[in-house]
Amino acid sequence: MNWLNTIALLLVAYLAVFFESSCRGFRNLFGAQIDLLPALIAYAALSAGISTVALLATLGGLWFDSLSANPLGISVLPLFVVGLAIHYWRDLILRDQRYAQFLLGLAASALVPLFTLLSLFGAGAEPLIEWWSLWRWFVISVGGALFAPVFFCLFDRLNRAFSYQPLPETSFRPDREIKRGRVPHLDH
Amino acid sequence: MLKRQYYIAFGLVLFVVLVVLNLPDQKAARLKLAIGGLFLPLFGMAGSAQNLADQAGKTFTSRSALLAELDRLRRENQQLQSQLLQAQEAWRENAQLRRALGWQQRAPWPLKPARVIGHDPANWWRTIWIDVGRRDEVRANMVVLTADGLVGRITDVGFDRSHVVLVGDPNCRFSVQIQQLTDKSIVAKGIISPSASSLDRLLVDLIFVPGGSLLKPGQSVVTSGDGGVFPKGLAVGHIVDVRTNDFGLNLEARVKLAVNLNHLEHVWVILQ
Repeated sequence: MNWLNTIALLLVAYLAVFFESSCRGFRNLFGAQIDLLPALIAYAALSAGISTVALLATLGGLWFDSLSANPLGISVLPLFVVGLAIHYWRDLILRDQRYAQFLLGLAASALVPLFTLLSLFGAGAEPLIEWWSLWRWFVISVGGALFAPVFFCLFDRLNRAFSYQPLPETSFRPDREIKRGRVPHLDH
Repeated sequence: MLKRQYYIAFGLVLFVVLVVLNLPDQKAARLKLAIGGLFLPLFGMAGSAQNLADQAGKTFTSRSALLAELDRLRRENQQLQSQLLQAQEAWRENAQLRRALGWQQRAPWPLKPARVIGHDPANWWRTIWIDVGRRDEVRANMVVLTADGLVGRITDVGFDRSHVVLVGDPNCRFSVQIQQLTDKSIVAKGIISPSASSLDRLLVDLIFVPGGSLLKPGQSVVTSGDGGVFPKGLAVGHIVDVRTNDFGLNLEARVKLAVNLNHLEHVWVILQ
């Protein structure tokens, strides 16, 4: 396991939850706050092991719920289920393509709130649901989708900067080198 | 077929979720406050940065603008002082009459200023965090307001911060009374409930108003004092439009809140 990558993911999740709680710009502009955790879990599912996905879903979900009126722990399972599904089918996903990253972020950001709402209803809570919630769902999904390629780009750069990069092999071979000039004669 | 490590990870996550969700309410609230406490350094830093930005902005204000502001504030201060004298006289008279009638004495509200440090990251709740808590003698169910009117009530209290559920949240339904525009006489009573049909977070629904009540747009809506949480007479908002419901048995109205909940920065907590 690449611990640096895991720590970086957790750090960004921590900052993302803080950003969602303290930044009012998106909420005042679009009427909804975007959620960055689903896009982050999509990246983690494609780039890290299942233990990192589980850790990110657990800590990210608990952090999110601790600043929200959600019952503590309700966001964990939706995040993990989406991460697990992406991790399971990771070999079929073109992770380096921008449109694939966008669609992955879109799907994750659309599914996580749905699963969370289902969990909330299952737990007997009464969240604020109205017709305009569809608009909010759209904003959350598109916002998450736009941030997904940003996360991929950011973490890939971070990985390149901090991980060992093997030197590319050259075709040069010293035993096949052509030496110009006069070849010294051997005396018999 | 899922791999073994998937089952293990799923089992562990499920175990953690079930344990946390089944904690007793008090322990869950304490754990929530403890986990949320991890964000305190960031909230503190954000507050300091905002203060610095405000101070930096003030240094660029011109001297003439500051003098004009000072002049305006002096005049406003004089006006408020004269109003305060009148209010104190009315308060004294009211206390005398209450004593004569044997009614319970009213005490002025002890207010505690607070700064809004965070909002609910989820889109299906309307709550905020403020920077006062147990150390400031804040308790659950205390009322939060601004000079414009009611903001909400406190639900969870930590050592140095509290969670406030705002007007318009599904967990903040309360009784109100509608006042006539002219003589402030009571027209009817109703319940404030979240709006099910508006993107505007400043609109809430007024429901269960008896049919035949003379509701009109513009009438003011204040707390009725029923229920024991919100004191009587706090401004909630004004009526925007009215519609009949249940074949005329009930009236419903949309109420525009007096406080702009989207731009809350400083609030007051009534410490009683």
